[in-house]
Amino acid sequence: MIEFFGDVIAFLADPENWTGTRGILNRTWQHISISTIGVFVACLLALPPAVYLGHSRRGGFVAVSAVNIGRAMPSFGVVGVMFPITLSIAFLASPIGYWATLIALVLLAMPPMFVNAYVGVREVDPALVEAARGMGMTGREVLTKVEMPLSTPLIMAGVRTAAVSVVATATLGAVVGYGGLGRYIIDGFAQGNDVLIFVGGLLVALLAVGTELGLGWVEKRSDPTQRSIPDDEKRLVAPVGLDTADHVGSGTEAR
Amino acid sequence: MTVVAQSGQPFIDWEWVLTHGDDMWEATLEHATLTAIALGVGLVLSMILALVALQWRRTYSPITWFTGILYTIPSLALFTFLVPVFGLSLTTAEIALVSYTLLILIRNIVAGVDAVPDHLTEASRGMGMTNRQTFVSVQLPLALPAIIAGIRIAAVTTIGLVTVTVLVGQGGYGVFILRGIRRQFLTEALVGTVLSVLLAVVVDAALLGVERWATPWATRKASS
Repeated sequence: MIEFFGDVIAFLADPENWTGTRGILNRTWQHISISTIGVFVACLLALPPAVYLGHSRRGGFVAVSAVNIGRAMPSFGVVGVMFPITLSIAFLASPIGYWATLIALVLLAMPPMFVNAYVGVREVDPALVEAARGMGMTGREVLTKVEMPLSTPLIMAGVRTAAVSVVATATLGAVVGYGGLGRYIIDGFAQGNDVLIFVGGLLVALLAVGTELGLGWVEKRSDPTQRSIPDDEKRLVAPVGLDTADHVGSGTEAR
Repeated sequence: MTVVAQSGQPFIDWEWVLTHGDDMWEATLEHATLTAIALGVGLVLSMILALVALQWRRTYSPITWFTGILYTIPSLALFTFLVPVFGLSLTTAEIALVSYTLLILIRNIVAGVDAVPDHLTEASRGMGMTNRQTFVSVQLPLALPAIIAGIRIAAVTTIGLVTVTVLVGQGGYGVFILRGIRRQFLTEALVGTVLSVLLAVVVDAALLGVERWATPWATRKASS
């Protein structure tokens, strides 16, 4: 065991393992770049309709379906299905595995973002919305000046949940030939090299925890009222009754 | 079995689908077994940890902190920490799968028990019930919908994650997906994915049925 960790430290201490196309720096960059693009594209696709539907207080069914389908859809399967498809389309075929991974990441990130943004905007205190209307605000002003600022922490919580899953899942890109930190794990499995496997796992875990903490910090700063909402009320894994999906469910049934 | 993606190949190779029913059934059993073990062990551990958290309130936040970290660590990364110890084995796969169920289940159990109105627990104490009797015959039954909702979320999440365990030599439907990737054979990858989603939908519906059956009072209210 001590010998094993010695080997891990020796691997990390060797500057040769950090530089070059197969180095830690480049692979970390590949991992971060595909994750960032995936989260960004998912934001563009998921947030506008979610905020709009939340504002008009319609579409609860879409939100419930989105989160249920998202949870049941195995990302590994999406990568597997997209891989042969992207290979058969000329402009998506290279870099190998990149587009298949990116599509899976975008699909993975959208449901938690959509649900959190939808619930966040819809659950803004109706008294505040009425007060804003009473002050003569138009629908658009109510949305941009009241509903969106107040729901920012919840929207950011959705982005954080999505980003952490995306960083975790980008690892699978290595299975279809893309780079990223998963490369060490998959190559390690193929070569039976436990040190390589462990180094890959360690770096991915650090990146995921770093994403969670970093975006958690941004989320706290994004709250215009600076009151902190208990974490339980924001996360998709939150308890029932407090679970966002069930929350939406009960809301629509009442309507 | 030597089908390779070619141009002009139909989108879905129905012949392959129709001739691999046995493989699919076998993979279904394996997938269901991997899921059931993870949920069973996860539920027992979560019950114990939730009881500890309910008994000694101060332990709740360290427990959710620790299981939250487990939940944040990517499954592939968790495998890598376990492979040097347990190899490419069922144990490696199950430890990772179980660790993802803990946060979801513990939160739901604790929140479910907490949500039981105080006047009910006080009434049962007033009727002469001990703490244990109150827990078993009042709090636990009333928390059941929350607990089962947690089990549903954990089950659906686990079924998706099981596909990844093919990378540590297990896998269920993941076997189809990995072979589909290796051979660039869309049909096989698609079959693995669709079956995984179907299993999740069926298990989710079955657990919903269990919830209705176990909490007849809630059903009556919902259907009225």
